[in-house]
Amino acid sequence: MVDIWSGLTQAFWLVFTLDPELVEIAGRSLQVTVSALVVACLIALPLAALVAVKRFRARRLVIAVLNALMGLPPVVVGLIVYVVLSRSGPLGVLGLLFTPTAMIIAQVIIIVPLIASIAHQSIRELWQEYHDLLISMNVTQGQKIRTLLWDSRRALLTAALAGFGRAIGEVGAIMIVGGNIDHATRVLTTAIALETGKGEFALALALGFVLIGLAVAVNLAIHWLGRTEREGRW
Amino acid sequence: MQLFPMQAISIESRRRGQRLVGPIDLTLEGQGATVVIGPNGAGKTTLLQLLHGTARLSAGRIDWACTTEEARHHQAFVFQRPVMLRRTVLENLIYPLRLRGVAKAQARLAAEEWAARVGLEPLLGRAAPVLSGGEQQKLALARALICKPKLLFLDEPCAALDGRATREIEAILHSAKSAGTRLILSTHDHGQARRLADDVLFLLGGHLHEAGPATMFFNRPETPEAQAFLRGDIVE
Repeated sequence: MVDIWSGLTQAFWLVFTLDPELVEIAGRSLQVTVSALVVACLIALPLAALVAVKRFRARRLVIAVLNALMGLPPVVVGLIVYVVLSRSGPLGVLGLLFTPTAMIIAQVIIIVPLIASIAHQSIRELWQEYHDLLISMNVTQGQKIRTLLWDSRRALLTAALAGFGRAIGEVGAIMIVGGNIDHATRVLTTAIALETGKGEFALALALGFVLIGLAVAVNLAIHWLGRTEREGRW
Repeated sequence: MQLFPMQAISIESRRRGQRLVGPIDLTLEGQGATVVIGPNGAGKTTLLQLLHGTARLSAGRIDWACTTEEARHHQAFVFQRPVMLRRTVLENLIYPLRLRGVAKAQARLAAEEWAARVGLEPLLGRAAPVLSGGEQQKLALARALICKPKLLFLDEPCAALDGRATREIEAILHSAKSAGTRLILSTHDHGQARRLADDVLFLLGGHLHEAGPATMFFNRPETPEAQAFLRGDIVE
């Protein structure tokens, strides 16, 4: 109990004084996660729309695999990315291991299936609603996908926020591929793991509260910007 | 560019080996309104979809006076339950124009003109899915007519509407007809069929049971089933 209380007060002071180290770590957390989110959305959303509208032989298989991959263990993803990016690995020449880029790659792999699955669900529903009209209007495949993505944008926002939540709280994979190097790849989650290991519970808790605050703040900001829960039923 | 005469030659729709519609032979000329009537399950919707090209022909063929692709380009379809894009009324109206590459400003002008014509002008900024049933169907009709189709299909457009909305829809259809749009609509409302039809296709059990000019059909139907149907008896 004492730890929680002192964690709270410490979190308050860290934020209140804009502790430079905290700002750096939190900033890197945001930078890595938002980059991963943008890349993941660029992959997952068109993929979800394509799987929803296109009839091809392996469609069911792709959907099943996407759903299954939602539960991908981050540690394993980290390990695989590590092996691929390590000196002796196939992409070793790029020298990406232990950089924020490697962490972004790992997070993208973790959240693409999640975002694609949730997005696919709502795009498919919208497609059922629009099917007859769009077929009658003789739209091209590209126009179809653009229409569906645009008109389900609020549901896609939810999918993206789920991805954001998973990525910002993720520790296993980015610990492995980032290495938790001070001033290079340390982010909030890896710092919490480190401080807990050192027995600095109050500082770890403080960082934890900052992490929760950050996640909530970003969610609120996006909801406010996207004006969800207003204007009609979608 | 000329769509008509259109000739459908023994067209058929089968699903899982079962024949839903056909074989039907049909010739359509370029004027007026054709009303497809018949009891539920007679194949009215399927026939419209076959002609429009959104249902696959299991057999037979449809010849237009132009290529099928051009013909598709000059058609529109209004559904029994209007499909509303989750956008505003204005955005719904400009959508088909934007698909055809019309500039935004020009599309907007056309949309405002059509909204005024169907009485939706005050609702331009509203979200389409929250409109009433009658307003939605009027919007669907305006959205179908905004590209100036030469041929407009309507599948029981007034089935879920009350008298006033039906009258407004019919007024729009009358002016579209006099502007030269060919109409093909299905209905099981005899009154509507009499008010709109220039000629009639009476479908029964997936077959074209009787066809002819509206006055002939309504005054002197030839087959006993058509007579019974027009009397209001239940025909199966």
